[in-house]
Amino acid sequence: MEVKELKEKVKQVLQKYQLDESVLVDILHDIQAECGYLPKEVLEETSRGLGVPLSRIYSVATFFKAFSLEPRGRHLIHVCTGTACHVRGTVKVLEKMEQALGIKTGETTSDLKFTLETVNCVGACALGPMVIIGENYHGEMTPETVGPVLENYN
Amino acid sequence: MVKLTINGREITVEEGTTILHAARENNIYIPTLCENEAVAPYGACRLCLVEITTARGRERLVTSCIYLVEEGLTVRTDTERIGRIRRMLLELLLARCADSEVIHDLARQASVTRTRFTKQTGNNKCILCANCARTCEEVVGVAAISLARRGVDREMTTPFNEDFSEVCIGCGSCAYSCPTSAITLEDTDGTRVINWPHNQMEFKMKACSVCGKYWAPEKQVEYVARTSGTPLSDYDACPDCRE
Repeated sequence: MEVKELKEKVKQVLQKYQLDESVLVDILHDIQAECGYLPKEVLEETSRGLGVPLSRIYSVATFFKAFSLEPRGRHLIHVCTGTACHVRGTVKVLEKMEQALGIKTGETTSDLKFTLETVNCVGACALGPMVIIGENYHGEMTPETVGPVLENYN
Repeated sequence: MVKLTINGREITVEEGTTILHAARENNIYIPTLCENEAVAPYGACRLCLVEITTARGRERLVTSCIYLVEEGLTVRTDTERIGRIRRMLLELLLARCADSEVIHDLARQASVTRTRFTKQTGNNKCILCANCARTCEEVVGVAAISLARRGVDREMTTPFNEDFSEVCIGCGSCAYSCPTSAITLEDTDGTRVINWPHNQMEFKMKACSVCGKYWAPEKQVEYVARTSGTPLSDYDACPDCRE
């Protein structure tokens, strides 16, 4: 996306919230949904638009795990490493996932297709090990099912 | 006026005073690192913890820099329990900032000589009290630096961790307000360097048109002229040479 295009998106989101700085977190959520992540230019534009110091926006954007200042893949993979999933063998699933994608946890594939992250519990322990890709929940994962599941995404 | 008891002494102070200030006015010592009169109370360092009993008989531990005085409050600043907590805090601070003179002095006062915790490196004397950022925002009105990230990764830093802050005017209030000297300022030959715990930035200084002395960063002079609505030419000479 061009910088100009990004700035236009920021403007639209700020208008939607009527330049209300008290909903900064919602604004950043919306901007991230539009841009995929929070590029530097976008945060600077948000600071200018809202009249909020850049330092505070940076502080908020880096505090929450939901925000990313680095580009992320089209599909966000969350591998659950909670206690139940751990007992049910999530470590092997995660290893296989890292191997299949050729990246480490927290990284993004070079083709910007997948970002791999861990999560501590998604509340579906009976179905563990859980893997969440985008909005889809995949239960009872094994190292063998990692490959076939990933093939559903492009 | 509010009447309260601190360490058995009955004192009377104005309403809205914090316990810490009430104690200080009456020459009762409570240690603290992050308290600074110029900015709003924050309660970061926890060293000023005291035990209180409210008029209704409830006992609690509170940070005296935030807690406001109440009628009939009983405060104890140096009990066995407080001493134990304070020594633990100092051990944690010693592990965090082993090279800070100020923390060593406070530890020595509380007879803490060593820490049982793993010594950390790379904190560069910063205890994350945010005195610098709060001064920058509340007093100077600039907000050039802030705390970023969370948990063990939390740091006092510039936006995007760069050796640059667009809005910083180089006034040095952050260095002045830092209780542990984690931020330093060096002026040499027309340049000022501010060293933050994890970043640094250089500023060009303005020379006085009369005596030639470098007296303030150019960006600060511009900021003062802009916010006060006075022409920049008013600031050609340093305060000593000005009519």
